Amino acid sequence: MRPAFIDPVFGAQEAFRALMDAMARPGRIQRCDVLPDLPEALAPAAAAALLALTDAETPVWTDATGEARDWIAFHTGAPLVADASKAQFLLATRAMPKLSTLDSGTDETPQDSATLIVQLDALAEGAGWRLTGPGIEHEHRLDAAGLPDDFAAQWAANRKGFPCGVDLVLCTGARLAALPRSTRIEEAG
Amino acid sequence: MNAITPRNAPENAYNFAYLDEATKRMIRRAILKAIAIPGHQIPFGAREMPLPYGWGTGGIQVTAAILGPRDVLKVIDQGADDTTNAVSIRRFFARVANVQTTTRTAEATIIQTRHRIPERPLTEGQVMVFQVPMPEPLFKLEPRLAETRRLHALGDYSLAQVKLYEDIAKQGESGSSYNHPVMVGGRYLMSPSPIPGFDNPKLHNSPALMLFGAGREKKIYAVPPYTSVESLDFEDHPFRPMRAPQHCSACGSATSYLDEIIADDQGGRIFVCSDTDHCAETQGL
Amino acid sequence: MYVAVKGGDAAISAAHAWLAQRRRGDEALPELSPAQIEEQLGLAVDRVMAEGSCHDRGLAALAIKQARGDLIEAAFLLRAYRNTLSRFAACEPLDTGAMRVQRRISATYKDLPGGQVLGPTFDYTHRLLDFALAAEGLPPAEPEEAEAASATMPRVTELLAREGLMSRDIAGGNETPPDLTREPLPFPTPRPLRLQSLARGDEGFLLGLGYSTQRGYGNAHPFVAELRMGEVEIMLAPSELGFAVSIGDITVTECQMVNQFAGSAHNPPQFTRGYGLAMGHGERRAMAMALVDRALMATEMGEEATAPAQDAEFVLLHADNVEATGFVEHLKLPHHVDFQSELEKLRSIRARWQADRDANPLAEAAALEATI
Repeated sequence: MRPAFIDPVFGAQEAFRALMDAMARPGRIQRCDVLPDLPEALAPAAAAALLALTDAETPVWTDATGEARDWIAFHTGAPLVADASKAQFLLATRAMPKLSTLDSGTDETPQDSATLIVQLDALAEGAGWRLTGPGIEHEHRLDAAGLPDDFAAQWAANRKGFPCGVDLVLCTGARLAALPRSTRIEEAG
Repeated sequence: MNAITPRNAPENAYNFAYLDEATKRMIRRAILKAIAIPGHQIPFGAREMPLPYGWGTGGIQVTAAILGPRDVLKVIDQGADDTTNAVSIRRFFARVANVQTTTRTAEATIIQTRHRIPERPLTEGQVMVFQVPMPEPLFKLEPRLAETRRLHALGDYSLAQVKLYEDIAKQGESGSSYNHPVMVGGRYLMSPSPIPGFDNPKLHNSPALMLFGAGREKKIYAVPPYTSVESLDFEDHPFRPMRAPQHCSACGSATSYLDEIIADDQGGRIFVCSDTDHCAETQGL
Repeated sequence: MYVAVKGGDAAISAAHAWLAQRRRGDEALPELSPAQIEEQLGLAVDRVMAEGSCHDRGLAALAIKQARGDLIEAAFLLRAYRNTLSRFAACEPLDTGAMRVQRRISATYKDLPGGQVLGPTFDYTHRLLDFALAAEGLPPAEPEEAEAASATMPRVTELLAREGLMSRDIAGGNETPPDLTREPLPFPTPRPLRLQSLARGDEGFLLGLGYSTQRGYGNAHPFVAELRMGEVEIMLAPSELGFAVSIGDITVTECQMVNQFAGSAHNPPQFTRGYGLAMGHGERRAMAMALVDRALMATEMGEEATAPAQDAEFVLLHADNVEATGFVEHLKLPHHVDFQSELEKLRSIRARWQADRDANPLAEAAALEATI
């Protein structure tokens, strides 16, 4: 079994701060490089996010298999569920599940919604989508490669349900950016 | 497995920043959802802390969950770094997290506060952590949590609007001088914590992330950076932040929020800055 | 230089040193040991364990010593300590039917299987100050029957339930019960969480609420079906073992309070029960808890909920003395920033009020007339 955080206390803290900054400033890319030795299928940023946030109290769904799946089960202690709609956290290492199939909370408890972590091919600031909303002064630009073709439509539907909705963490290697449900995405025109 | 062994703490019996890792994870999950839903109160499993409820346990738990070895912590109460409760909380973190502390607003990465927002404009590298006694902005109008939760879900804030209307009709202006409720992102009515109305405008479109922790009431909420925060008001009676119309007798400031000090038994008064760091900086100390 | 509340480090250190000196008291007298507190102030220890939600007599005794006998402060110390402990597992439900009983009474039957056991009680003592206790070194008289009764003692409520006269509590499933200390209370609150909350609630608050249900605020007609106190085994079933093992005995007090129920369309008229359980010997607590538990069932039973004790939000959110103490006492903290804004607000409103009157002196005369 490959190791988790070398330092469980500070590793988790560093990963969380990257996530917090990412969620507070949607589209800004944060670095999180605290897991040097991982199963090949896992991106360091995505694995760190999962490790920092999940445990026996949080049902997790993932499409990872083999060593990567075992690593997640062992190091987080989280119950792995087969039904994506029952998961509080999801890690998609390949195609992401449709947002509309995930738990988006209720009007009284929108915080019970899922957080979806997606591993992508590439992530870059300064080009691509125009993001606006809470956490963004004017606009942030973000280019994310590897999402489904109808992602913009899925996201618009997700955003429309505010305050309900799924929150997204996009990861490539040791880099991550977040899209909270409040963010508006305009495709680059 | 995620380790829960105490380590790296000067007080060996406790984990870094006092809370165990499982508790930190639970709080961290709540914080991320709070940021994603600006102004919405997230219930969390607040723990007993070694400081009493009502004395900042919510803020302390939030700070403990976000704090890292690279942070520089400032703690203020009533705007001042040297009030007893601020000293006590700063001591607590110096003891259980061995973290660097400061009184300088400009140097701090995390500022835990009770009742004030510093005068110096905050920056993107900073996080404000507010200690919150009563997170529910409607509690004086509707004490039942099951009911206020429903009103938030519906976005029905007519109770607060009617109260404000009655205040204006009766006395010509809003009745609340501190803890005046705000609308966050145009969706949620939120208690800004008992900061004076003077500080409300500082919440609007701030470059800093604002986190709010209520320990006894077991709620966490947030205002992300650059988010609209409007004090509840009416167009023909706009919200009016107030301060004593005097100058600070120490630094001369005519713009900072002032404490009124009784100087003698003849009713003599002097006014000084509530923000001690700002006052010292203005004096060039 | 103005000082106000700006005490700072030195003041805090000095205050703590003074507190330590006060705690010790007159050094000519021997220092009190936690062991003495544990043995001789046992009921204080029991109350602190109950309200501190932590069964450890030694730590509770230490907390009482540290808190100078302030039991709420001691419960707070114990809670804050408890909070740092890892939660390993939930034990099996206590089998109080198998209790090694030191005290067991029923007010509803003159005699019953297993008999009535008076045990170590203040009941029937005459509340006359015993000046003999002020003298040292007198050993108490040996009681005739100080051994715990080992005969099986069926619960009184079970006898009634067999006849169909008593509603049965719905048995909990195999799910781990929710834990008040991990998640905030939801409303409406399921009964397991209500009972947890009452079990650690302030004894005085529970007592007052329970009392109010007897005085017409909640329409209770309670009988003590049974009150028992003694040792029960704590059983734990680690998942790797697959069966339960005993990890020790603790003393608890249990009260089953019988109450009338008028019946509804679905349920025949029958007795219902309120339940109270306290760590250690805590009869007043267990009885008050049982009264309040029953009162809080009002809504579920289709009864009209009009009294304070029937209002779950009101009861459960104000029963915790650690929370209540903290918030009441936080008023000692400086609030001068808020107060300053209140001052400015009041000055502004008064100025407006005065300006209105100056502009309209007739209205002032009319107002004056109205007040006369």
